[in-house]
Formats: sequence, structure tokens, C-alpha cells
Amino acid sequence: MAEFLNHLAFGIYPYIALAVLAIGSIIRYDREPYSWRAGSSQLLRRKQLWIGSLSFHLGVLVIFFGHLGGLLTPIALFDALGISHGAKQTLAIAAGGVAGILAFFGASLLLHRRLFDARIRRASSFSDIGILALLWLQLVLGLGTIFVSLDHLDGHEMVKFMSWAQGIFTFQGDASSYVADVHPIFKAHLLLGLTIFLLFPFTRLVHMLSAPVRYIWRSGYQIVRSRKAAL
Amino acid sequence: MKVRAQIGKVLNLDKCIGCHTCSVTCKNVWTSREGMEYAWFNNVETKPGIGYPKDWENQKQWNGGWERQRNGRIRPKMGGKWRLLSKIFANPDMPEIDDYYEPFTFDYEHLQNSPEMKAMPTARPRSLVSGERMEKIEWGPNWEEILGGEFSKRSKDYNFEGVEKEMYGEFENTFMMYLPRLCEHCLNPTCVAACPSGSIYKREEDGIVLIDQEKCRGWRMCVSGCPYKKIYFNWDSGKSEKCTFCYPRIEVGQPTVCSETCVGRIRYLGVMLYDADRIEEAASTEDEQDLYQAQLDIFLDPNDPEVIAQARKDGIPEAWLESARKSPVYKMAMEWKVAFPLHPEYRTLPMVWYVPPLSPINSAANAGKMAFKDDMPDVRSLRIPLRYLANLLTAGKEEPVALCLERMLAMRSYMRAKTIDGVIATDVAERVGLTPAQIDEMYHVMAIANYEDRFVIPTSHREEAEDAFDERGSCGFSFGNGCSGGSTETNLFGTPKKKKIQTPSEVMRS
Repeated sequence: MAEFLNHLAFGIYPYIALAVLAIGSIIRYDREPYSWRAGSSQLLRRKQLWIGSLSFHLGVLVIFFGHLGGLLTPIALFDALGISHGAKQTLAIAAGGVAGILAFFGASLLLHRRLFDARIRRASSFSDIGILALLWLQLVLGLGTIFVSLDHLDGHEMVKFMSWAQGIFTFQGDASSYVADVHPIFKAHLLLGLTIFLLFPFTRLVHMLSAPVRYIWRSGYQIVRSRKAAL
Repeated sequence: MKVRAQIGKVLNLDKCIGCHTCSVTCKNVWTSREGMEYAWFNNVETKPGIGYPKDWENQKQWNGGWERQRNGRIRPKMGGKWRLLSKIFANPDMPEIDDYYEPFTFDYEHLQNSPEMKAMPTARPRSLVSGERMEKIEWGPNWEEILGGEFSKRSKDYNFEGVEKEMYGEFENTFMMYLPRLCEHCLNPTCVAACPSGSIYKREEDGIVLIDQEKCRGWRMCVSGCPYKKIYFNWDSGKSEKCTFCYPRIEVGQPTVCSETCVGRIRYLGVMLYDADRIEEAASTEDEQDLYQAQLDIFLDPNDPEVIAQARKDGIPEAWLESARKSPVYKMAMEWKVAFPLHPEYRTLPMVWYVPPLSPINSAANAGKMAFKDDMPDVRSLRIPLRYLANLLTAGKEEPVALCLERMLAMRSYMRAKTIDGVIATDVAERVGLTPAQIDEMYHVMAIANYEDRFVIPTSHREEAEDAFDERGSCGFSFGNGCSGGSTETNLFGTPKKKKIQTPSEVMRS
């Protein structure tokens, strides 16, 4: 039974979550472009936003790319580069810890502001508050895993997660077995992470898909639209 | 030379009575919905005053408009592209809603539901954002109406620069004027430049600047970029919105709502031709005081055969060229030089221009020391300081504004002689560099201001741009998701489902 539940949570659920993330985002982009926005509340209250939003976003960006690179880079590549698992684990704890604390501090400010500022509370939807609370919880869980990781600095636990994540993306049926015996806090962190993926298209999180990096190489400043060109 | 056409606008401040009809009709049409209660695409300010939002002209604070770098190129005052993107998580150059005002309603219901009390029931204000009681209303879109508030606060007005302002706080020397403001539909808009999503664009065919609501992601850089603070962030939809120049009306040849309803008949709409290749060059002019002339220089003469030939080559419809020749905007800006851009020093090359107001002779001159120059009162002895108007309209350069005021005084003097004494005062006209025929036309357009002289708007040729067959049965103007009349109440993606079309019986029932 335990094995089945483990497989359900870490073998099947990831595909459901990722499929909903991808298909949901595409449908939303296509059908509801008017709803696709960052949802800034800066206009309503500047207070707490400056520090809160900046530290949250910077922290989360580091964490996001850290997880992306850390989990999905083939293990063989690290071995080829001669980076030991222990060194990678230490780096993950240090960088992830600093960024995590930064993001946690920011998210706490933002959550406080969203819940207790009357203007912002009224202007928030259920999903605005919900997703921020979940992200906050996820940061708590993520920071919580550090204390467990400190017990195995050789990185063998971390390799399990890398194998699992890469197993999922390479469609290995038994990927969930890699994480069957990890500490429950890791499991909670993974499960909540997958749930955030699942909820992604239904929240304001979609704004990260339209991060305006193209602005940098947009030629010139002005944009003129011609109807004639469209024909 | 690349000829482009734009529907330009002139507001004759000499005739503005500050009735706010423009603001109210605009509000009723465009911004009376949740998230936009605080936004006035058109508002009328009393000057001197700091305006709406507070102190909008202070670009040291808001960093709106453009700045000229040492290498002679211009970039948004907020910073180049990288610098601008670094502000995306929290934008230090953006006003808060309190800088505009917190929108409110009154508890009218209490007047009917109140139990018996010792005191009369009152309708107290309640915030439309938080829904909470507001004890005191601190600011509004027109808080300084007719010089409301202390002079010490109003005198922070940026246009007092270079003016000895203390004396204007005294009752005897006080002065005021109205300034209706809307989006300038600039030739070199900073909002467009600052939009990281590329959702704001200028329409090639009529120059109207619009925000693509489906492409806007709410990064809110445009709010800061616009030095006139005429882009408003809709806190409900999370998107920016702005004056649309009533494009659905303009397209069919009708004036904008604010122009149509102006009771003072101060608003003019007409085609301006300009050289699109020289926009950047004009906006990069070194001396701020030359920017007004630089903008005049890129406007093209619609009677010049060379311009007409090039315009035809660039695809400008014949009706537009015809309208350009009759354009009241061209006449006021180019022929008579009585209209000026608002704050040309922002380098945006605005396209809503203003005729400065005449004002009574100041009291010192009235008390016997009336300064006359060639039988006409010296425009420097008018109550509104020349420098103040120049700061508003020509980056502080007084000569063009002085000439304009002299021409308007000359028009009065000339017409008085003509209608009362039956004399054609050629000398009065010539003294201000005009011919009697020109003054007659000025009088016709600016004083009589018939509807067809004020609004010369060619219809846009949509048939050239769109296949009408594809447009059949479509719903014209809507918010998102095409014409979906879907009836589901809940929406997975967080936007409230508003039913777009109601049948008359449904309206009756609700």
C-alpha cells in the first residue's frame, strides 16, 4: 500500500501536474489573454512592497534556477566535471539557504501585506491569497529540509532527488522508487511543489512565462502598428 | 521623408470655463467601472496648483519623459532598458493611489435606513477600494478647484520656476487658469518606449496611442514613463489603461467625447502631417527651449506639392490630405502660431496643443501705470505671468508665447475696429505679422468656432485594412476572450465573468 501511494504521489502525480501546467497555460494564453498579468498591488500600497517584492523575487529566482539546474543536470555531467556530490550538496545548502531566507523574508512581508492591508485584501482573489500562502509554506518546508540535509553532507540523498526528477522527465516507470525512503519533509516539499505546478495556470503565477526579456533586444524604443501590414 | 498623418488636437484655454463637462462625459463613457474609479482620462486642473496626481510635473520625483544623454541620444528618464527592467519587481517611480486620490462613495442608504436619532442622518464617505469608512477625504482629481487650498501648497507648482512667486499669493495679484488634460498621443511617446511587453503602440493611420489589453502584463512601467501621468493602472484587472482618443468615434469621423461635449467649444480636431523619419532627431534637440520649434519643423505643409506627392506614395488617403489642408490644428499651430505643446521639454513631442489664455491687466497696471505698447496693452502686464505660461508651453521661452498673446489681443482690437467703427485696421494686423484676411479667419475659427470648423476629421479607411467579411457578427468592443457570451459564472483563470450582452428583458428583470 505504501509503495502504491508513493508511486501515485511521485510516479503518477508529477505527470498530471506537469500536463495541467502545460496544457492549462496554453489554453489560458489562447482563450483568456486578458487575464494574463502580473497582478501588481503596488498602486494600492507602496509600503512593504519595495523590500518584500524585491527580496521575494530575487530569492525565488535564485531558488528556481538552482532547483532547475541542480535537479535536471545529468549526474554524469557533474561526475565528468569532477564536482563531487558532497560539494554540490554544500553549495545547494549555502546558496539555497541564503536565497531561501531572502525569499522567505520577502514572502512573509508580502503575505502580511496581502492579508492585513484592507485595500489589498479586498482587491485579492482567493487564488491570489492561496498561492502566496502555498509559496510561503513551500519556502518554510524548503528551508526545513536544510536541517535534514546537514545530516548527510555527502550528497547521497540529493542524488536520489536528481535521479527521481531525471527519471520523471525520461519517462522511467520506476522513478518514484528513488524517493521512497527519504525524510517526510522532503516528500511534503515535493508534493507541495507539484501541487504548485498543478495550480500554476489558474493563478497569477503565469506572469513568469511572460517575463519581458525580449525587451532588451527589441530594436529601438517606438512601436507603430500598421493595419496595412497586417493584410 | 516619410509622411504620416495624425489627428491632432488644440485646446483654446482662452475660452475654457472650467465646467468639467469634458471630464464627466469622458468618465461616463470610459472609466466608470471597478478598478478605474480613480482614473480620469480627461481631467481639468486649476493652475497654479500641483494637479492630479499630486505634483505630476515634477519629473525629478517621477522620472517621466525622456532625457538627452551626453552623446546626444535620448533615452527614457527612468533609465535605459536594463535599468528599467531592474525596476520591475518594485517600481520606485510610480505614484500610489493616494497621490491620485482614494476613490469613494457615500453611504446614501443610511439616509433611508437610519433609525430615529437625535441628529440628522448623514451620508458618510466609504472607500471604493477597501470598502472601509473614510473619516476624511484628503485629495481628489480637482482638489485645487478655483484656487482651493493654501497658496503655500499650490505654489509648489513646477511652472513657477523663474517667477518671483511670493507676490502672486496676495489677493490683489492672484491669477488662475484652467488646464484640461488628456493623453497627448505623442509622436515620441515614453509609455510605448517603457513598455517591456511591447503592448503599447502608436497607430500608423491616425497616430492614436493605444494599449493592447490582451498583451499588457501589468509591469506598470508606462505609468512612470508617461510624464503627463495619463496612464492609469487598473487595480482590478491588473492592466494599464489610457485615453483612447475615442478611436471608435474618430474612425467614423466623429469628434472625441470630450471635444463633442465641450460647452465652451474650446476643442479642435484636425489632421497634421509630419515627417516620421525626423521624430528622433527632433526629440533629441539639444536645447530644451528649441524643442517647440523642432516639433514645428517636422510638421509638413499640406499644400506643398512635394509633400502631397510623398504622402500619396506613403499611402495616405486622399480624404486625409484634403482634411489636412482644412485642419484647424494646422492653422493654429503652424499658420498663426497661437497653439503650443504642453511641456515640450519632456521630449515626447505631444500632439494635444494649447492656446494660452489672455488674462485681465494686473492691478499695478490698472492703477494708472498701464503698460501700453503701440496702443495695445503690453502682454507682460497681463495677470498671468508670461514666464508661467512659457514654463507650461515652451520650456520657458517667452517670445513665442508673447507673440501669440499679442496676436490674440490684435484680433480683438481688429474686430472691434471692424464691427464698431467699420474700419479695416490693416496696421493692427501687420504689427503682429498677420494679414487682415488671416485675422478674419482666426476670428472665424477661434471666436465663432462653428462645429464644422472645429472638427475636420476624415473617416478612416478600414476597408483597406480589414476584410469586412471576417468582421461580420463580431462584437466590436469587449474586454478579453473575443465575444464569448459563455454563461459559466465561475472562471478558472481568476477574471470575473461579466456577461457582455444583455437582452432588453434581462435588463428589465435586473
